[in-house]
Amino acid sequence: MDCAADPAGLTVSGISRERVIRVGRDILGKNDRIAADNRARFLADDMLVFNLVSSPGAGKTSLLVRAVSELKQSWRLGVIEGDQQTSNDAERIRATGVPAIQINTGKGCHLDAAMVSEAYRRLPSLKRGILFIENVGNLVCPAAFDLGEACKIVVLSTTEGEDKPLKYPEMFAASSLMLINKIDLARLVDFDLSQTVEYARRVNPRIEVLTISARTGEGFAALYAWIGKQAADQIHPVVGAAP
Amino acid sequence: MALCEGIIEIVEEEARRRSFSKVKTVCLEIGALSHVAPEAMKFSFAAVAARTIADGAVLEIVEQPGLAWCMACSTSVAIARRYEPCPCCGSYQLQVTAGEEMRVKELEID
Repeated sequence: MDCAADPAGLTVSGISRERVIRVGRDILGKNDRIAADNRARFLADDMLVFNLVSSPGAGKTSLLVRAVSELKQSWRLGVIEGDQQTSNDAERIRATGVPAIQINTGKGCHLDAAMVSEAYRRLPSLKRGILFIENVGNLVCPAAFDLGEACKIVVLSTTEGEDKPLKYPEMFAASSLMLINKIDLARLVDFDLSQTVEYARRVNPRIEVLTISARTGEGFAALYAWIGKQAADQIHPVVGAAP
Repeated sequence: MALCEGIIEIVEEEARRRSFSKVKTVCLEIGALSHVAPEAMKFSFAAVAARTIADGAVLEIVEQPGLAWCMACSTSVAIARRYEPCPCCGSYQLQVTAGEEMRVKELEID
């Protein structure tokens, strides 16, 4: 029914009048549908997909360079890099021997599901592996755009201050894991770890927390154990799978 | 901005489906805990709507209250922001249950 109720119950054909039509559609509905398609595709390929988000300069690329260098012996890996401009980040990943596709969003401040769908198509075929998506450095918009990932990992560096989770609550609420990077600098910048974790759990009581240093490698063993646990939970087991 | 483009896309699809060519008002339902600041959205909507079917349309925003389930009190409570504690017991063990919606509710057309 398109028309608003006519109080007199009369309609006169051929005469236009103001009408109110009900729509009831999610503004992000189109993105959400494409994200659901991506998720189905990733599941069919047995790919575990992480969406890395942070403010610019938190160290997403540096931690990815270390992680893919150390994980590539045991996993098939792919990386999708999102930035407004340049392919610097994808080049840093490719230097490790891991395939990477760069998305330039131009003026856009986030990746969307359609961009990821296209980038995944351009990556060499990956099965039973891990795909890391590095989102555009921005703690606001990427929170709203589902890409089809298994979960979001938010990276917060010790130099940014303890109250980021309160300033950008949506992103911390949307993430499953908070990686606190540059932990080797914590003492120099008087970083209060327990305060940061307390703030993050105010907006997301279930968020998990690990501390790392992409520079020294501190904490990466725990990160790989966390990734391994996600893989065990989400990827179909290769050995002992039911026929 | 991308959200406003999403709104215009929905309006244009509805216009094709239901054969109308002029939109006077676009009414949105926006949750208090969603990603949208209503004032910022009104500002960018005017820019994005220019030279589209919604050119000059008024953007009306109906705010939906935020609700959360407090795990400590086992009850549903109203919250205005995501980092607020439970108004009854002060706990932060809250699970958001409503107030995240971003929806085109209805259109007033000519």
